[in-house]
Amino acid sequence: MREPTLWILHILAGIIILIFLGIHMGIMHLDTILTSLGVGYKNPLSWSSVLIRNKALFFTITYILLLGAALYHGFYGLRNILFELSLGKSAQKAVNWLLFFVGLFLFIYGGYAAIAAYVI
Amino acid sequence: MADQKEQETSVFTEEVIKEVIFRVHRFSPDDGKPPRMQDYKVPVKRGMTVLDGLHYIRDNLDSTLSYRFSCRMAICGSCGMFINNLPRLACKTQILELEADTIEVKPLPNYEVIKDLVPDLSDFFEKHRSVMPYLIREEEEEKIDPPTNEFLQTPDELERFLQFAYCTKCGLCLAGCPTVATDKVFLGPMALAQAFRYNSDTRDQGFEKRLELLCVPEGPWRCHFAGSCSEVCPKGVDPALGVQLLKGQIVFTKLGLKKPHKIAPLATEKPEAKRRPGIPEAPPRTVKKE
Ligand code: SF4
Ligand code: FES
Repeated sequence: MREPTLWILHILAGIIILIFLGIHMGIMHLDTILTSLGVGYKNPLSWSSVLIRNKALFFTITYILLLGAALYHGFYGLRNILFELSLGKSAQKAVNWLLFFVGLFLFIYGGYAAIAAYVI
Repeated sequence: MADQKEQETSVFTEEVIKEVIFRVHRFSPDDGKPPRMQDYKVPVKRGMTVLDGLHYIRDNLDSTLSYRFSCRMAICGSCGMFINNLPRLACKTQILELEADTIEVKPLPNYEVIKDLVPDLSDFFEKHRSVMPYLIREEEEEKIDPPTNEFLQTPDELERFLQFAYCTKCGLCLAGCPTVATDKVFLGPMALAQAFRYNSDTRDQGFEKRLELLCVPEGPWRCHFAGSCSEVCPKGVDPALGVQLLKGQIVFTKLGLKKPHKIAPLATEKPEAKRRPGIPEAPPRTVKKE
């Protein structure tokens, strides 16, 4: 029953990416409209604005969620592509573990960066 | 007078409209030659299909040409070929409608070739067999063939899977599938759509059994919804839709958001069917019961 679970997570990760990437795009590119509505940041790319977002717990959480979702979504897609090369059972296992550890390493590394920016 | 009028309006005239080149794939495992394309000139009359063109070649030009066919009316699904770069049924493809002076006929892609235009469909049928494409009942007495009585199903219940029951197992959908092109073990659109067809049939109780067979990496999860299977299906079946519905069926059941379908009850009364006078008895079964 693992395959349907992995597939559901893939779809959920896609939805999370859509929401948080939407927020990210809005903040970065719709700053004029958002600030005129009393939300968002002026000059979102300026150092001070980046710093403000890094120190906000909401953004730290969304960064970590987005990172996890993007890594899972991307690596699941990569797994699909590799599996389509008609891999044998042991090669499939090796791909699963390799992608899991690479994904986990990148998640810990990225998560550390987001948390460090928040605490330091 | 009436005959003359009929001849004038009939599309099936004997008049040769044009001559086309049939560029046909030739390969024999016995002659040691590599696969090659061979040209034949075929006179085309109105109403001629690609299968008729192949018959003309075999009868008049080259009796060694091998290809599959049976019904000649898009029912049996035997004559699938790659005609002018698309998987099509040769008996359903009108030569004149191709609007080409050269017609390239190759065996279906994504299958091994046995000879000339004959694909090896054993894997295709094995995949079909693997999803248990038949009604599964739990009652012991209904497992035997024929069951004790008919199962009652409403027209609405039939409608849920009817289009998938029109599949003739011609194999064109797998020839068009980009995933099958790289992944030989992927179950493919036909078997998966058939799994959905039987899972959705209220006369069937085999969902749990099929679930185990479908929750594998080579199951519906490999489908990217390219939709080419539905594009090439000659029977108007939408196997791509079947695969997506199957994913939904499995996932929603797993998440507890979908209840198993109602099971069709066994009719309590025997249907009153009487043979009309003059209708002969059915011939004996060709497949013997074990
Ligand atoms: S779904 Fe269509 S293309 Fe595929 S085997 Fe059935 S009839 Fe042929
Ligand atoms: S010969 Fe039967 S489908 Fe073409």
